[in-house]
Amino acid sequence: MTYSSDWAVEAHGLVKVFGDNRAVDGVDLSVRTGTVYGVLGPNGAGKTTTIRMLATLLKPDGGEATVFGHDIRREPQIVRQLIGVTGQYASVDETLSATENLVLFSRLNGLSRADARRKSTELLEEFGLTEAAKRPLKKFSGGMRRRLDLAASLISQPPLIFLDEPTTGLDPRTRAQMWDTIRRLVSTGSTVLLTTQYLDEADQLADRIAVIDRGIVVAEGTAGELKASVGSASLLLRLADPAALERARHAVLDVLGVEAMLTPEAGRITAPMSDPDSITDLLIRLRADGIAVEELAVQQPTLDEVFLALTGHTAGDDEPSGGATGAENPTPASGTTPELETTR
Amino acid sequence: MSASMSTLTITPGAQRTLKNHVTIAQTLRNSLSMAGRGLIKIRRTPEQLIDVTVQPIIFTLMFTYIFGGAIAGSVADYLPLLIPGILVQTVITTSVVTGVQLREDMDKGVFDRFKSLPIARIAPLAGALLADTVRYAIATTLTFVMGFIMGYRPGGGLGAVVVAGLLVIACSWAISWIFAFFGVIARSAASVQGISFLVLFPLTFLSNAFVPVDTLPPVLQWFVNVNPVSHLVTAVRDLANTATFTSDAWISLLGAAIIVAIFAPLTVRAYMKKA
Repeated sequence: MTYSSDWAVEAHGLVKVFGDNRAVDGVDLSVRTGTVYGVLGPNGAGKTTTIRMLATLLKPDGGEATVFGHDIRREPQIVRQLIGVTGQYASVDETLSATENLVLFSRLNGLSRADARRKSTELLEEFGLTEAAKRPLKKFSGGMRRRLDLAASLISQPPLIFLDEPTTGLDPRTRAQMWDTIRRLVSTGSTVLLTTQYLDEADQLADRIAVIDRGIVVAEGTAGELKASVGSASLLLRLADPAALERARHAVLDVLGVEAMLTPEAGRITAPMSDPDSITDLLIRLRADGIAVEELAVQQPTLDEVFLALTGHTAGDDEPSGGATGAENPTPASGTTPELETTR
Repeated sequence: MSASMSTLTITPGAQRTLKNHVTIAQTLRNSLSMAGRGLIKIRRTPEQLIDVTVQPIIFTLMFTYIFGGAIAGSVADYLPLLIPGILVQTVITTSVVTGVQLREDMDKGVFDRFKSLPIARIAPLAGALLADTVRYAIATTLTFVMGFIMGYRPGGGLGAVVVAGLLVIACSWAISWIFAFFGVIARSAASVQGISFLVLFPLTFLSNAFVPVDTLPPVLQWFVNVNPVSHLVTAVRDLANTATFTSDAWISLLGAAIIVAIFAPLTVRAYMKKA
């Protein structure tokens, strides 16, 4: 075994089989020390299973992996001293208060009674939970729970932190706070391996991204490289008068030189947008034609589109209930809505 | 979330001194921390103590007045025989709950964190089982108190009764490893209860807890005499009634040690496999 401090995680051909489902089917990952690595994929792609194997919570059925050069199978107890894990669902004790949770985990991490108290107070303050310290966890909001969970992962100041979908189910404000926390974490020298279903989250935080689908890595690179491979953003217009749709389509074809997609019931028109500058020209043309625009939005590529581009199928294909329809039916929210709605 | 995090600096992975084994001292420390968690949980959810409070009262009353006349001629004569029997039966029955609760507990996310920590693998299990000795202590105390109220005056005195109580608690803790094992391997809490009672009933009823052994058919007599629960009941009777620590007490402790030696490793292994 070669010892390496350059790589926080090196995994080759990781496999995990549940019954006849190959949940992880040969995943390779290399995470450089001191960086944020994003694993992007829909539900059931194998993200959580991969993380659970790397965090020694699950034994791999095949392949090799090391954490800071330590084999996850042969030296699990050493690996556990180097990692912090924050799961998709907060792994804290519901019946204990926030303080009791942190004291317990501190004690388990080998801190003395006094040190455990001090550390808990410190972490509660840092994560804005001091006021709620004694309240039962049942009354905690999702965001508070997630923060406590992250705080618990930081007790031993681990050099590698696994964050499994750290912001799934959080409101936008709490999500932004979580992002800030993750950024500060990295500034202290931690390496972060996070999984996410959100392209913008990976975009915002990760130095490199692996796109994972049906248990294999289908693409790997920086956010820029990944986006370039996926294509451009799209422009979305909602007209005041749906009857003007056909004329608007002509205008788009004339000005942008592309064929637009119409959704007559909603009075909506969508077109691929390669050059943001040309939007001005389009708007001037629409004004000149007397076509009133009620709403305008720029839509980043959704994860579904990333998937379509990379795998030839949409992310929601596996889900019989058909929750994921982001690509065919983008929601015209204010600004960008690069979320993928999938059923759990 | 203030900005004080920047004051922390992370020691790089390569510069840490690490070891891949857990010492016995650490195992003990971890288990005690986990037991502390168990105690907080008991304090937070007192409704979970209903079984250990109600059962000793009802069982003691019921068995005394149903069997007292038939078996020993009178209630007063039956009490020295029955109270140790009912004590052992009640406390062992209570230990089934340990397995059921462990199953429920293990399904929660917090067990993921326990697994990801560099602690002894046995600690979350041993801690939960250790905390439950509080439940056994409550059941033990209440059974003796009920007996006292009904007129039982143990001949061995208070000291011997306390020793008898501790013996029962220690043995029940050992037996709870059997139910913990079922708790780890079972799919649901309900099925833990199901399997556990299959083991529990023959173990507690096919003993000398309620009836004199010589009234039983030969085959049953044989089983009753090898049943470790019988030895425990006899040991408690000897202690409580005559303050003597007999060979039955040693056999009970040996049986308890054997159960732990078999089921603790089995349980930990199943627990680690179960991910």
